[in-house]
Amino acid sequence: MGSARDEILGRIRAVDRPAPPPVPRDYERARHADDPVELLAERISDYRATVYRAAVRELPYRIAERLDGRGRIAVPPDVPGEWRVPGVAWLPDDPPLGVSDMEEVDGVLSGCALAIAETGTIVLDAGPAQGRRVLTLVPDYHLCVVRADQIVVSVPEAIERLDPSGPLTFISGPSATSDIELDRVEGVHGPRTLEVLLVG
Amino acid sequence: MGRNPVTWLGSPTFPDAARRALGDTQLRGNLRKATTTIRGKRESVVAELDDWEELRRAGESIKDEVLADLDTQLERLEVAVTERGGVVHWARDADEANRIVLDLVQEEDTDEVVKVKSMATAEIGLNEALADGGVNAIETDLAEVIVQLGDDRPSHILVPAIHRNRAEIKEIFAQMPEPPASDDPRVLAEAARKYLRRKFLSAKVAISGANFGVADTGSIVVVESEGNGRMCLTLPETLITVMGVEKVLPRWQDLEVFLQLLPRSSTAERMNPYTSIWSGVTPGDGPQKFHLVLLDNGRTSTLADEVGRQALRCIRCSACLNVCPVYERTGGQAYGSVYPGPIGAILAPQLAGDLHDEQTASLPYASSLCGACYEVCPVRINIPEVLTHLRAEVVEAKGKRTPEAMAMSAAAWVFGDRKRYEAAQKAGSLTRFLARGGTLSSLPWPGSKWTDTRDAPVVPKESFRSWWRRNRG
Amino acid sequence: MQNGDGASGPPSTEDAGGRRTSGPRVALFPTCLTDTAFPETAKAMVRLLERLGCDVDFPLDQTCCGQMHFNTGYAEHARPMARAYAEVFDGYDHVVVPSGSCAGMVREIHPDLCGTSPAARRTYELSEFLVDVLGVVDVGAHFPHRVTYHPTCHSLRMLGVGDKPLSLLRAVSGLELIPLPQAEQCCGFGGTFALKNAETSTAMLADKMRCVQDTGAQVVTAGDNSCLMQIGGGLSRLRTGVRPVHLAEILASTEEEPWVATP
Repeated sequence: MGSARDEILGRIRAVDRPAPPPVPRDYERARHADDPVELLAERISDYRATVYRAAVRELPYRIAERLDGRGRIAVPPDVPGEWRVPGVAWLPDDPPLGVSDMEEVDGVLSGCALAIAETGTIVLDAGPAQGRRVLTLVPDYHLCVVRADQIVVSVPEAIERLDPSGPLTFISGPSATSDIELDRVEGVHGPRTLEVLLVG
Repeated sequence: MGRNPVTWLGSPTFPDAARRALGDTQLRGNLRKATTTIRGKRESVVAELDDWEELRRAGESIKDEVLADLDTQLERLEVAVTERGGVVHWARDADEANRIVLDLVQEEDTDEVVKVKSMATAEIGLNEALADGGVNAIETDLAEVIVQLGDDRPSHILVPAIHRNRAEIKEIFAQMPEPPASDDPRVLAEAARKYLRRKFLSAKVAISGANFGVADTGSIVVVESEGNGRMCLTLPETLITVMGVEKVLPRWQDLEVFLQLLPRSSTAERMNPYTSIWSGVTPGDGPQKFHLVLLDNGRTSTLADEVGRQALRCIRCSACLNVCPVYERTGGQAYGSVYPGPIGAILAPQLAGDLHDEQTASLPYASSLCGACYEVCPVRINIPEVLTHLRAEVVEAKGKRTPEAMAMSAAAWVFGDRKRYEAAQKAGSLTRFLARGGTLSSLPWPGSKWTDTRDAPVVPKESFRSWWRRNRG
Repeated sequence: MQNGDGASGPPSTEDAGGRRTSGPRVALFPTCLTDTAFPETAKAMVRLLERLGCDVDFPLDQTCCGQMHFNTGYAEHARPMARAYAEVFDGYDHVVVPSGSCAGMVREIHPDLCGTSPAARRTYELSEFLVDVLGVVDVGAHFPHRVTYHPTCHSLRMLGVGDKPLSLLRAVSGLELIPLPQAEQCCGFGGTFALKNAETSTAMLADKMRCVQDTGAQVVTAGDNSCLMQIGGGLSRLRTGVRPVHLAEILASTEEEPWVATP
């Protein structure tokens, strides 16, 4: 008996398979939205996440407003300095926080790689201001900053821009389940509260 | 090679199982409520996209391309995953896959693993095999928790506990260390969160399935809702993913099609809450050991069937279950497989590969051929076409001596000639004498299957053709 | 014209009774079930199509399209029936069928069984023929009853007749059309499914009947006698008084020659 690999590949090769026609890609690659920022805000809100708008200048003020009284907030070490507003007990992930530390914190602040307006999705790629995956997973509250220039309208536009060499997480609203009578309930294992700050 | 566990050993045939299920009014109520809800939601999110039909055609075509070039795509995937620090294993059948996974778990010196909901591992009976090897597999998807704690079987691809309502779930959760105080879905979800939190934080090994594996980048994709997937894919040191060979996609770009088709078809959302994508191992982020087990278990023999192979396009969305009038009445367990509903009726028999088995052979007949499944399938699997194709294979396997085959032969002989057909029409007019009050209310078997619940039409004195001959001939 | 192949011109021909007509030469394929068990539907089609100027013929060599055999797994038995169909109906401008599922069998499945044929290509379900080929919606019918319409699965999904039957019904004078809740749900017939999975079929039927009864209609209509046999058989057993009437019989009914209930 040969190896499983050889045998499986052999079984496939034994099948007569005509070459298929080329893939028709006449679906819409880029979709138009009159106001992508507004569309994103609306679609994220549909998932019962909360969206706040901020002008570029007032971002630190808005962050402070959101985090006021929230306690200890984990943060990737490379977030812009102005995000780490005074009055918040910051816990930078450097040196890396233990999982039990993350269980103890009251929330996490991060940026994102991009956002998809049409589906109300934020994508993290472990790039700048996002940190390791676990950092935005274990804390129960996630405040995510999205810049207007990070917003695309459609899923194809997002896939084109993303680099799959690192780990990616697509987030569309807070953790949810439809497992009980196919009725959506927010809040299971991921952060139960997701707040999004749209800047610009 | 053992028996393929894709169908459950000892299950009754579909009609027998259906009869039992139909008597369960609670079950029928639960199913009706759930499927009605999701059908309406799916329709509205699909209607939002003007290019839905184009996306379906692209999805169908990409999957056909994969199937036509499966050997090359798998080799490409293997290279890409290996280059990024993963280890690829190949499994011919359920036994081989289970042994590979058990060995990998035991290497990590642990007797407990956390699991992300996965059809492939349910298909091969991995949890049972791990238990036999002394490893406790903990399901973490809420519906799977309900099934596992209820010592039950799944009844839906996406929502395995769709047959349970909130009150029943509260009963099942009573065995948790911190049982839920009410049957409010929020409270039930909270109970599951507490129950699983410690398990996530302490597990050394996680096991997942895969929705897609991208050949050119080695990226594995898991689509989920609750965050239990993210927990399993991020926290443990070792991750083992079991993926059916047909789940490979040629290009990264192809995800732009499937990440639109899948969420709208399955949970009827514009996008599911969480999608995780990883390629091999990322230093300092997530599991530092990654194993990918590529599973055949009947897929290559399904591929060999020219008509039946389209079932391998399936992306496990369960839209076909939710619209199926048969599924809605009988529930999923009647199909005797982890793959119920219309897709199960064509996939389970093909994976099992034994149409001499009565239960398996009954599955392709579990449909009125209404076609609602084909209409909603995001990858355009012509399920009615495959059903009739498999019925022909069942007939072939049963041979020409069954009462049905002989009756069909006789009918074909009658229809083969006008004179024989007309003679039979006249003979049929005898049934008039059996009628009471203008309708037929009891016929001998197999007609009794009809007249048990419905009247049969009284065959009139004169057929249309006699009338035509008399008036126009 | 939807799927004809150029043979739809109005040839001037002589019918069996020697009458000269100028309409298209149309063959009826009432289906074996209607021919045998529901002759009134076929007679209604003759009246209706002749009223609309068609030259109607009923080739006597026809028997069955083979659908029951094919759908039950006996494709080999269906193949000669498909071949015979292509021969018997060759040479007509159109073939009209009062059944979505038999028309679907002919148009969608026969080509797979025995290659494409002019007869299969020119085969239409009744409402398609009226709306797409003859281009009529108001057929001059009169039917003073409360009616609900069940769109049969194969006319809906295999042939895609859409709301053509509804447009035809809306144009019938005196007819009160009441929408059927959950109309697109299967009635549970499904050919041999009704016997092989009798209990499931009955459960589907029960829901369909409840929807029909909720409309308060006196008549339930459809474009297929097989589905009407299922729904009507159930309604009759329950003594509901709701009558199943094929679409053709409603469209054939006029003030001068009204539909009469068969005993």
